[in-house]
Amino acid sequence: MSTTLKYEEKQLKIVGTRPARPDGVDKVTGRARFGADYNLPGQLIGKALRSPHAHARIVSIDVSAALALPGVKAVVTRDDFAEMPDEMAPVGELMINFRDVTRNMMAREKVLYDGHPLAAVAATSESVARAALALIKVEYEVLPHVIDVVEAMRPDAPLLNENQYTQGVKPKPERPSNIAKRLEFGRGDVAAGFAQADVIVEREFNTKPVHQGYIEPQACLASYSADGQAELWTATQGQFVFRAQCAKVLQMDVSKIRVTPTEIGGGFGGKNNIYNEPLAIALSRKSNRPVKMVMTREEVFRATGPTPGANVRVKLGATRDGRITAAEAVLNFQAGAFPGSPVNQASMCAFTRYDLANVHVVGNDVVVNRPKVAAYRAPGAPIAVLGVESVIDEMAKKLGIDPIEFRLKNAAKEGTQTYYGPKLGPIGYVQTLEAARAHAHYRAPLGPNQGRGVATGFWFNIGNETTCSLNLQEDGSLTLLLGVIDVAGGSRASLSMMVAEELGIELDRVRPVIGDTSSLGFNFLTAGSRGTFAGGMAAVVAARNLIEKMRQRVAKVREVPVEAVAWKDGRAQPADASVAQFEPMTLTELARMGGKTGGTMAGHAEINAQGAGPGFGTHIVDVEVDRETGAVKILRYTVVQDVGKAIHPAYVEGQMQGGATQGIGWALNEEYVYGADGILQNPGFLDYRVPVASDLPHIDTVIVEVPNPNHPYGVRGCGEVPIIAPMAAIANAIENATGVRLTQQPFSPPRVLKALEGAGKAQG
Amino acid sequence: MRYEAPKTLEQAIALLAGANGRARVLAGGTDLVIQMRSGRAEPELLVDIKGIPELRSLAAEAGGYRVGAAVTCMELIEHAAFAKAWPGIIDGVKYIGSIQVKGRATMGGNLCNASPAADSVPALIAAGAIACIAGPKGRREAPVEEVVTGPGKTTLAGGELVLSFLLPRRQPRSGDAYLRFTPRSEMDIAVVGAGVNLTLGAKGVCSAARVSLGAVAARALLVPEAAAALLGSKVDAAALERLAAAASAACRPIDDKRGTKEFRIKVAGVMARRAAAIALERARGQN
Ligand SMILES: Cc1cc2nc3c(=O)[nH]c(=O)nc-3n(C[C@H](O)[C@H](O)[C@H](O)COP(=O)(O)OP(=O)(O)OC[C@H]3O[C@@H](n4cnc5c(N)ncnc54)[C@H](O)[C@@H]3O)c2cc1C
Repeated sequence: MSTTLKYEEKQLKIVGTRPARPDGVDKVTGRARFGADYNLPGQLIGKALRSPHAHARIVSIDVSAALALPGVKAVVTRDDFAEMPDEMAPVGELMINFRDVTRNMMAREKVLYDGHPLAAVAATSESVARAALALIKVEYEVLPHVIDVVEAMRPDAPLLNENQYTQGVKPKPERPSNIAKRLEFGRGDVAAGFAQADVIVEREFNTKPVHQGYIEPQACLASYSADGQAELWTATQGQFVFRAQCAKVLQMDVSKIRVTPTEIGGGFGGKNNIYNEPLAIALSRKSNRPVKMVMTREEVFRATGPTPGANVRVKLGATRDGRITAAEAVLNFQAGAFPGSPVNQASMCAFTRYDLANVHVVGNDVVVNRPKVAAYRAPGAPIAVLGVESVIDEMAKKLGIDPIEFRLKNAAKEGTQTYYGPKLGPIGYVQTLEAARAHAHYRAPLGPNQGRGVATGFWFNIGNETTCSLNLQEDGSLTLLLGVIDVAGGSRASLSMMVAEELGIELDRVRPVIGDTSSLGFNFLTAGSRGTFAGGMAAVVAARNLIEKMRQRVAKVREVPVEAVAWKDGRAQPADASVAQFEPMTLTELARMGGKTGGTMAGHAEINAQGAGPGFGTHIVDVEVDRETGAVKILRYTVVQDVGKAIHPAYVEGQMQGGATQGIGWALNEEYVYGADGILQNPGFLDYRVPVASDLPHIDTVIVEVPNPNHPYGVRGCGEVPIIAPMAAIANAIENATGVRLTQQPFSPPRVLKALEGAGKAQG
Repeated sequence: MRYEAPKTLEQAIALLAGANGRARVLAGGTDLVIQMRSGRAEPELLVDIKGIPELRSLAAEAGGYRVGAAVTCMELIEHAAFAKAWPGIIDGVKYIGSIQVKGRATMGGNLCNASPAADSVPALIAAGAIACIAGPKGRREAPVEEVVTGPGKTTLAGGELVLSFLLPRRQPRSGDAYLRFTPRSEMDIAVVGAGVNLTLGAKGVCSAARVSLGAVAARALLVPEAAAALLGSKVDAAALERLAAAASAACRPIDDKRGTKEFRIKVAGVMARRAAAIALERARGQN
């Protein structure tokens, strides 16, 4: 059964205010325990041996010398894990295949990227573990590799998987290919649409993979006991999904693994996938000791999933008066070593901000010799949108129409038919465009070498399986046990606020705690901006379930019909003057007598939340370009976004600012740099440049609230939309400042200078 | 691994000389500790020099300054008289990491780590700083530009360490400046660095100049051709253009993840020109 709770407008006391978050004190005092802070007596340190090659066949692995080293207690390789058949399963917004999962965590026939693990050791210290890795003898047959997506698509490219035939092409191709899948979306007739156009703009864009930039490297601790039970502490966005995957690859019963999620030092989609977890459990099983594995930053970069790089072509046609007549895109996405890039989502997000009659999008999911990609905030959308919003901007300029006006003329609204399926419900895209146009930023004067850019983003947001319990404690305080992870920092606050609002009590009476996998039923990953939408819906369901139980209890104790009992202002009271009157009862009174009047009370929710509300945002950015060095400085930035309802506006603003910041880094300097040898050259934050505080201006935010009709408080989810537009907005601003359009991300100083020089627009 | 913190220079030199090349000097550790953690450096003996008074002192000498090699960057920045005399050196040390890093990091370590991108080094070279080096055979002096020979390589012999830097007496109407180019505004590594030190005669004509470039060759370069472009000029636009061209011409960079050759060559000229303009401004303000 799927659940939606309809939006109800009501007087709010707590929702919409800005209280301090319940996890704040622990974080600022250093008490919060992240993945690497967990230890057990007698634990060993696990380390993985990683491929130094981009592509090689494993001829043999000899671990005997490593095992003979004093202090080494266990070694695992491919021989310790079962072969897995092809089997697709959802992970966040991505679909994964267990044949690939088991090969990604531990190479089998081949190593497919620099950093691919192919053995792991557990030893009494890290230095012994490192020494043991050096003693493992691996014989490789090095194979030619391919890093670039366009090269990987060529028929003569080195093949990563000789048994992979492109899906989505009929008839089935005769030869295997690195193109795992071809997707197609569309409606109308694009050829006819382009024939109606007065102006056509077509451009090609290339982007590099980028890292989510979470500060905490992946870390876990596993303990396997002699009776076949395993416990796992790990920094994850999905304790239940990690448990499911570990159970599968280790061939254990799901109930025999208990996963406790630790505090998480950032995820952004990057902690949706298992890496060291099954290796740590397997090492613990073999050694009979707890095993802790903490990745180094270098391992994080070499071996965990970034978001893909891509090659994107966009073509747009419009009439003189500014109506888009046709839109076309080809999206070639790097999946990394195994299929499963977010090209599907990117294809759907490319044009959904516009009401279009004729659309055609082709997406290719392409394997290359890089780590398997992972999700990153609105997976894929920023890449497609860089292309589309750049072309939209260029079209507006060619037509002599203000870029916001051009978007308004073509904007998607309630009732707009998407090209991938549904009709859009009530959405706030137009409102964000209008708010941006009315903002003082949009009219502020610009100096020499300065320019302004605008771009917009759309993201679906999701619901899915969600559980929580609300335990009424004997003193009337409440424990809110959550299945969603507080991955973005703030959902514990927001969910408690909704519960306090429902119950009509003070916020600090509700203590939120994230549950382990044995304390609640299955919960989907905390991804797709679902934490506050689906987690909030579950919290409201649990609160209403508790209220229902309390009404029944009061009816029993006061000997009145249950219909006579209403829950108002934190207590049970007569519903109105017409019903049987009785002495009101507070939550605390109910809690105190609970045990004696039928047992303690708790509210529960086991729901599959449906009706997630699409989110839209409009960004404005001002840049200054140094024509002598190619350096781009961000002068001013404004994010306007429809979030449905901001439960805790400060944390919503934080999401908008954080997304914009990550988007600015993506635009300006972030990229994985691979050498001709297929080896990653910048596996660390010195040469992988996320922005620092002094690179950024204050990021201004405007919250638009068009309630989602399918959430009791109107929540849409807000975490992913803000990363979609920045790259395109900055490209548009650079063009506005210099007259030069950048199509190769990142817009780093050498690239910008070269583009300026190429156009005769450089100085010095 | 052994850690020693000698209280005298003699003990330090004896420890270094007796370790068969397996010892390393430890100053602030902001390069060395990181190299040890990553496995790039595996010393058997660490000789911490921070307990030796001579290495930790900053004092006026012969009208100039003698700066101990283990004086921290923050100590330099907070020394008002030194900062006023050598603002270009302060520009250089200010770039080094964060305040926390600068609280540990030293110019001795910055030089002896021998990175071509070290930020205080071009400023020291432009300033005409002399390194005082001590070893088993006694003391010797060398201009800073002669200490480093290439990435990770110095002319220091076994058992030798850098004791101090001598900054000469400042002439009237002198100014120095150091500028670097990095993609980020801080916490980054120089793609190009340029240090310029100049003196103006009574009529505003440049009577002395030194120009040094970092991160454009295997080590920081002293570029006399670039200085020559300024000498005898009023450091006007034409002279600055000649300086930029000479600076670009002196570069022998590599292509790497941090920047292409052509980018470094072009930007070296730009940074040298901008640094010279700041040095000029400072010289004019110092009468
Ligand atoms: C986060 C961070 C950011 C940084 N940013 C910058 C930057 O922007 N610019 C920059 O230039 N550097 C930067 N650095 C590098 C480093 O901080 C500097 O090079 C610093 O000056 C090194 O000084 P130290 O005293 O810490 O050297 P140490 O690490 O103690 O020593 C460095 C090397 O020099 C040797 N050594 C030290 N002192 C002597 C001596 N007196 N005689 C002989 N040998 C000696 C050591 O044996 C070692 O090989 C950064 C470092 C970090 C961690």
